[in-house]
Amino acid sequence: MSQLLQQIVNGLSLGSIYALIALGYTMVYGILKLINFAHSEVFMVGAYAGYFAATWLGIESMEAAGQAFPLYLAVGVLLVAMASSAALGMAIERLAYRPVRNAPRLTPLITAIGVSLLLQNLGLLVFGPNPRRYPPVLKEVTYELGGVVLTNVKVTIFVVTLLLMVGLQLLVHRTWTGKAMRAVSVNLDAAKLMGIDTNRTIAATFGIGSALAAAGGILFGLDQITINPLMGVLTGLKAFVAAVLGGIGNVPGAMLGGLLIGLSEQLVAGYVSPDYRDAITFLVLIAILIFRPEGLLGVVRQEKV
Amino acid sequence: MSEPAAPRVAGAEPALRVASLEVRYGGIRAVKGVSLEVAAGEIVTLIGANGAGKTSTLKAIIGLVPAAAGEIHLLGAPTRGVPTHRLVARGVQLVPEGRAIFGNLTVLENLQLGGYVSRDPRRLAERLERVVALFPRLGERLKQEGGTLSGGEQQMLAIGRALMADPKLLLLDEPSLGLAPKIVQEVFAAIRAVAATGITILLVEQNTRLALETAQRAYVLVTGEIVISGAAAELREDPRIRAAYLGEAVH
Repeated sequence: MSQLLQQIVNGLSLGSIYALIALGYTMVYGILKLINFAHSEVFMVGAYAGYFAATWLGIESMEAAGQAFPLYLAVGVLLVAMASSAALGMAIERLAYRPVRNAPRLTPLITAIGVSLLLQNLGLLVFGPNPRRYPPVLKEVTYELGGVVLTNVKVTIFVVTLLLMVGLQLLVHRTWTGKAMRAVSVNLDAAKLMGIDTNRTIAATFGIGSALAAAGGILFGLDQITINPLMGVLTGLKAFVAAVLGGIGNVPGAMLGGLLIGLSEQLVAGYVSPDYRDAITFLVLIAILIFRPEGLLGVVRQEKV
Repeated sequence: MSEPAAPRVAGAEPALRVASLEVRYGGIRAVKGVSLEVAAGEIVTLIGANGAGKTSTLKAIIGLVPAAAGEIHLLGAPTRGVPTHRLVARGVQLVPEGRAIFGNLTVLENLQLGGYVSRDPRRLAERLERVVALFPRLGERLKQEGGTLSGGEQQMLAIGRALMADPKLLLLDEPSLGLAPKIVQEVFAAIRAVAATGITILLVEQNTRLALETAQRAYVLVTGEIVISGAAAELREDPRIRAAYLGEAVH
């Protein structure tokens, strides 16, 4: 029983990270019908931006002196990383995707793969290929509750993710930007007719999705201890599967899909074999594509004439 | 046919002036040099068969498709190079063919989006009241998703959504399309009520009889060109119109 609870705790925190990344895939898909493969690299850059921000704020000397990194600085690191990734995401949209937006659908897709490869290699060039130890933005404290090991890092991952998701829901449903995003995702031309600057709305969508991925990047660094320039490849792919599982284009679906992928991965690692932890994600993908291609929360919509 | 007699104050700028407009899709010229004017406060109709270029003309006016040639003057300024959302901010609204309701948004959210340009909660609340007074059925369905409405209700929603922007010029594309005759009467009664509030209207219709009953002046578009124009009352009596569009035998 305690082993099961342990796997669930681990699965939820891992799944939170997938969910944060999945949101960016699903939002961009919802609005442009584009699978933004470069999103996994935006996640990676977010993790590095957090790394450099924490280092610049002197986290190493604090660690050496046995001091904890203050919470307000940790929040600052998170915000810097989110802003950096948002800027990167919007730049990718402006420079790579907008020029091919009206081209046949294959063109933006190939562009996305190209940007992804470019950023992976730029990452290797600029950050170096060696993994870096993630600075302890949050000093790990371990609790034990009835045989289940709980760390403040895992709790933080879950809480930060929850807060960001609530924030996103409020933004999408309560603000004009959110209403504009939803309008653009239903019908681009009709959104223009409402007076919506659709280019700005699309840029905002990229910015918001990218900022969430950056938060995922920092939480990933905290959870996994090391980061490297290719960290986005597998994690991004799993997050993409999470978006498809939940129903691509569907925001609550991405959250649900992320948590389910994280849970299934941990449960398989714990009860079957750690060797199959990556395979299970893709088994889930195959199953969903066969049995419910629209995803768990996706709906097949028909236009009323 | 004589020149259209626009009830125009000398020197006053018309709400809309289209001169020698051409629209091309690839190699196909859908609109071949259309010129028309709509004076402030007028209801003008653009009639013609399916594929005559009516929708393309409207889309070019509001910037959804580029004008390959010609000039469009809209509410006091040219439209060349101005994106659609800026034209909308100038005070024009298009109720598109097929209505383009945001199907998974509620009726209320659809209406709110109509007022996107203003975004002032107090003004939007006032306009919402007016729209609901005009279309009481929408008031009963504010919480419902737009996609669940009947065709007629969706048309009302599309018009109501446009009115939420408090437009000076309203472009209507086939508001009667696919609606039962009784609903068509209801929708057109609303259009006349809107016109009575001083909003300028350019109405595109396939239902020629209804269009000529509603409008003051009319233009007839055939394969991308204006072939007849004039006062709606005169056009109703024109033998060419009666034969080709009103389905009446001409003796």
